[in-house]
Amino acid sequence: MRRIFLLTFLVPPLLLYGLFVVSPYAQAFQISATNWSGLSPTFEFVGLDNFRRLLGDGWFWNALRHNGLLLLFLPVVTILLGLFFASMITVHGVRGAAVYRVVYFFPQVLSVAIIGVLWKEMYAPHTGMINGLLRSVGLDDLAVAWLGDPRFAFWCVLTVLIWMNVGFYVVLFSAAMQAIPRELYEAAALDGADRVTTLVRITVPLLWVTIQVAWVYLAIIAIDGFAIVQIITDGGPSSSSDVVGLRLYKTAFGDGQFGYASAIGVAMFFLTLTVAAMFLQVTRRDRVEL
Amino acid sequence: MKRLSHVFLIAWALLTTLPLVWAVLGSFKSDDEILTDPWSLPARLRWENWERAWTSAHIGRYFLNSAVVVTGALTLTMLLGAMAAYVLARYRFRGNRIVYYAFVGGMMFPVFLALVPLFFVVRNLGLLGTLPGLTLVYAAYSLPFTVFFLTAFFRTLPTSVAEAAMVDGCGHFGLFFRVMLPMARPGLVSVGIFNFLFQWNQYVLPIVLMQGEGAERRWVLAQGLTALAVNEGYQGDFSGLFAGMTIAMLPVLLGYLVFHRQVQSGLAAGQLR
Repeated sequence: MRRIFLLTFLVPPLLLYGLFVVSPYAQAFQISATNWSGLSPTFEFVGLDNFRRLLGDGWFWNALRHNGLLLLFLPVVTILLGLFFASMITVHGVRGAAVYRVVYFFPQVLSVAIIGVLWKEMYAPHTGMINGLLRSVGLDDLAVAWLGDPRFAFWCVLTVLIWMNVGFYVVLFSAAMQAIPRELYEAAALDGADRVTTLVRITVPLLWVTIQVAWVYLAIIAIDGFAIVQIITDGGPSSSSDVVGLRLYKTAFGDGQFGYASAIGVAMFFLTLTVAAMFLQVTRRDRVEL
Repeated sequence: MKRLSHVFLIAWALLTTLPLVWAVLGSFKSDDEILTDPWSLPARLRWENWERAWTSAHIGRYFLNSAVVVTGALTLTMLLGAMAAYVLARYRFRGNRIVYYAFVGGMMFPVFLALVPLFFVVRNLGLLGTLPGLTLVYAAYSLPFTVFFLTAFFRTLPTSVAEAAMVDGCGHFGLFFRVMLPMARPGLVSVGIFNFLFQWNQYVLPIVLMQGEGAERRWVLAQGLTALAVNEGYQGDFSGLFAGMTIAMLPVLLGYLVFHRQVQSGLAAGQLR
């Protein structure tokens, strides 16, 4: 009876999981060593050829550079803004704190598709909200074609990614800050510490683990970035905002080079692992216990 | 200083809400109003824009498809996830740890790695471009976190109740469905909200899997909306696009406003994986 029970409860989830999750992941490594183009049933094993090709692929490096920039800016800016707003709301007790916490979270419940389309319209040269604002205050010269200019497109995308993520970390950090005893802040205030000192010397050390987790999570978003980029710029103009995920998607479902696309996927996987591991190693410090 | 911090807080609040308000206002404007001044207010409430988006631009159909897929996938995820998690949390058997780590390990892999093979797995099953196919895939990719979260939750439930139920002649199945599931309600709600948003907001999986002949009739909302945004470029129906966006946005926002506490804690729980 017990055996039947265990089997009925474990086998269906395992079947579903094995079929659609485990087997694709395993196959990805296999396919990455082939020159399979999908249309023909035949393919050859080419060993590490795809990875060698990847190393010399200028498009891949261009995309990777943008992911690198995202990795550099997205976590730092998002976490700084998140800490800043969270400490305003929580520690220094402003009026309407509850409202801010609800409002800041809006982008988090919207789908990337909605956010992408909305911002694409916001950036639109003639009908967009941003240029409308610039024109109405007389800054007509600044009202440029944001997404049509290779100098700006990438930074426009970065702005959207920051915009959509800050609210979540305000809520997360502010929940963590509420667990910090008030006396610590009162003591700091008595010692004449200003807000910045309080934030850097008390709040940040006590929140360190939460910040670490936030960084890793944002880093994963930075290595991805696919949906927002694909919807807003589709990697353009002239590949100035391309990212690795979009490369993979276009290589696979645009060009049908499934072997090579899988190699890009494998590269992304190791990149994610390396970045997470490296970061946790670098930022390891003793947890502050209260 | 205090005043300054208020200014920053209000500025960010405006930055998050104004774009959304702008989209809602745009859904009532005429194309002329949108083209002449992006900051103008609509002269009247043009519900016909919404009607056009709902029917001619097929947003209604996409909405329904999303609802069907997410309802099915969420039910499947919660049922299978709770079953696996319960057994892994409360029964000792050989291979328990292996199964557990097989599930939880799935959280470490980026979905991009799986995209190409997944496309062919789904195609070979004849499920490419179909709603059941997408439903099964959503459920499968929701399992790792669900199992991880619920296993931890089932472990915290007291054993005394389970023992008492067993003494009263409750079988393994009855114990799960009549005693443990009701007791796990708070955990199920948190992970349920997380999964709902994960599935409702999916983008990569549907654009890869809903391809092929006639698939556009079975597109989900995220896909339909982005396609509309691309088409709007040469059809010039800006107001229709804004209306479609508003229709896609409002139900989730309203649901969030009502349940904001649960939604925030549900999503925060997802962060701690």
